Amino acid sequence: MKATRRMLLGCALVAASLGFSQAQAQTTLRMTWYSDGNEGEVMNSLLRRFEEQNKDIKVVLDQVPFKAINENLPVQLAAGQGPDLARVADLGGVARYMLDLRPHLKDPAYFEANFGPFLEWMRLPGDTSSIPGYMTQLTLTGPFVNKTLFEQANIPMPAPKATWEDWAKAAKDVAAKVQAPFPVAIDRSGHRFFSLAITQGAQVFNDKGEPAVVDDGFKKGAQLVYDWHKNGVMSKELWGSVAGTAYRGANDEFKNAQVVMYESGSWQIGQFDKTIGNAFDWVAVPTPCGPANCSGMPGGAALVGIKTTQHPKEVARLIEFLASEPVAEEFYARSLFVPGHLGLAKKGLDYKDASPQGKAALKVFSEGVSGLSPVANKLQGYVNNRVIFNAVISRLGQAIAGEATLDEAYKRITADVEQQIAERNKK
Amino acid sequence: MTLSSKNPPASSALAGSAQTRRTSPFLRQVARIVDWPMAALQRLIGERRMPYVFLLPNLFFFGLFVFVPIAINFWYSVTGGPALFPSERPYVGSGQYSYLFECGSYADPSSCREDHFWRGVYNTVTFSFFQVVAMVGLSLLTAVVLNMKIKGRGFFRAVYFFPVLLSPVVVALIWKWILQRDGILNAWITAMGGDRVLFLTEPTWAMFWAIFVSVWSHMGFYTLILLAGLQAIPSDIYEAAEMDATPRWRVFWRLTLPLLWPNLVVVIVLALIRAVQTFDEVFVLTGGGPGTSTLMVVQYIYETAFSNQVQNFGLAAAASVVLGIVLFALTLAQLAYTQRKSS
Repeated sequence: MKATRRMLLGCALVAASLGFSQAQAQTTLRMTWYSDGNEGEVMNSLLRRFEEQNKDIKVVLDQVPFKAINENLPVQLAAGQGPDLARVADLGGVARYMLDLRPHLKDPAYFEANFGPFLEWMRLPGDTSSIPGYMTQLTLTGPFVNKTLFEQANIPMPAPKATWEDWAKAAKDVAAKVQAPFPVAIDRSGHRFFSLAITQGAQVFNDKGEPAVVDDGFKKGAQLVYDWHKNGVMSKELWGSVAGTAYRGANDEFKNAQVVMYESGSWQIGQFDKTIGNAFDWVAVPTPCGPANCSGMPGGAALVGIKTTQHPKEVARLIEFLASEPVAEEFYARSLFVPGHLGLAKKGLDYKDASPQGKAALKVFSEGVSGLSPVANKLQGYVNNRVIFNAVISRLGQAIAGEATLDEAYKRITADVEQQIAERNKK
Repeated sequence: MTLSSKNPPASSALAGSAQTRRTSPFLRQVARIVDWPMAALQRLIGERRMPYVFLLPNLFFFGLFVFVPIAINFWYSVTGGPALFPSERPYVGSGQYSYLFECGSYADPSSCREDHFWRGVYNTVTFSFFQVVAMVGLSLLTAVVLNMKIKGRGFFRAVYFFPVLLSPVVVALIWKWILQRDGILNAWITAMGGDRVLFLTEPTWAMFWAIFVSVWSHMGFYTLILLAGLQAIPSDIYEAAEMDATPRWRVFWRLTLPLLWPNLVVVIVLALIRAVQTFDEVFVLTGGGPGTSTLMVVQYIYETAFSNQVQNFGLAAAASVVLGIVLFALTLAQLAYTQRKSS
């Protein structure tokens, strides 16, 4: 009896020490993540699968609001207190804190081949080779239209290649007939503004590649937004309602059928597909045209490793797993995202969970990628692009609210951009 | 025992108090243990320095969490660049202050280089003036009414105090819900046959509601202070006035108000300091808009430091030093007044 007890005790001790040593050997990675739709849930399930296959790594997913990614994370990173990985949208802004994964990747060529053009957005000027992570989504700006409102108003929707002015007129007519409060809504975001300004011919940069934000194309775009607020095409509730750099979207208003045409982007598809359901018919349409082109603005979010991590090898293993073709394919398909993976974009994705409306919208945005203007790509990849975006919304917002004229706003935009870039360059 | 007769030793004090109520043997034991090192310390540094020994622990933490951050903030204000650590930031002297104060005319914010700061200053001054006037007036009126013998007095006292217990963010969200395009207020207006009013997108309305919501949420606290003041006024004064058949307005003007004046000064100064510091409620309610019509100085500081891609900690720190000086002046004014009154 005693011998059996001793044996049992011995076994328990061995098991406990084995468990202890395994727990000790396990590396915990922290990943900071934000979600527009259901991608947090999808990522969580993929991480559990990764943990099953890699018992020595545990991943903690810290889900935070988008605002925290833009405002709090950079301070954390500057203080050296950041997570091991983070999903970021301001790629140029936090590029200096990103980890170059190349020494730890089994196949860096795979990343170059499938994420090459987007890796440039994550690199600092002068860097042509680092691989900090991969794109969790490629986004494209573009309009969503409430088709049911057009049908109720008995007004035909403008054809593809219609201009912004055509859409504004049609949306205003529809809104007048069906009593919708927002004929056209554009997110209060500099990024979205440039999807309009670039179609009007905005060049953003001079010949030397330096920012020269206010040009004729920019002014045409700004004038349109300004006039639309004056003549009731746009409501002041977005651009005129808040101060400074605050973002305001009209996704809730669109879901409540209050908006005829909503200029936003592909990241909204998941939530529209889920929440609108059969309440009304909605469609995504190609970006309206201007005198220069019909380009939207590209964008997206990347999952990147952070330089200060104590576990670069494990970070690389995780990113390799998530960026691998089958896993990335599942992630994009379940999240209803336009793939930020060239191979998958070429192959095409089967969005099994999407409704016919969602699938159609994804097709429109995916097709829009080929029509992107070089200016749009350059602006997205510019390290100080948020300086420009913020100056534009802040000053244009003042003009729309009646605090300044458009000419005063232009002067302020130029001064703000110069001052902030000078401040960044102070050493 | 060498403690002076002015300060009897702790043990003897405890022993003395034991005459009136029993002290536990444990506490007496603790007092004895503490007694001898304190006595030794007093012999060493002298009796006059002993109070500082007792103040030191609190002063240490106060200094660590108040004075050290102030000093660091000041250092940030004389440095530039986007670096976070003070040691990595280049010294720019008074550059940030010069930038803040570079104006064609201080009366016209749009002539200033950093116009948002000056718009914030003017909005804060406007907000503070009207908010404090409304706050003091309504708190006084409410306190006077709640001091009367009315039915349900306890209930109403609780009702007026209740908003103070709510988080400012919750207060602002509730009011935003009431004031928005499809909010309760507009539903009521349209039901009465009126047209919708976009309360938060018209500059005058937005400032009005920012003040209104702030007064609504904090009034209970100031009412409580004034109510305590009213209850401290001896009732025989009112009885004497009643016997003289003094009119009620005269009683209020000549008796109540002068006797309540010290409490009113406290309320005015506290409300003013709080108004100058306003951020959360207005930020959630209006976001500083429309345009910059409700942008306050504290929101300017926050946005300059954190919202922009280039987080300009130096400029934000300089603005917060300026704000700190204003608040310090207000506090000094209050101290000077209360000291003059008490002397």
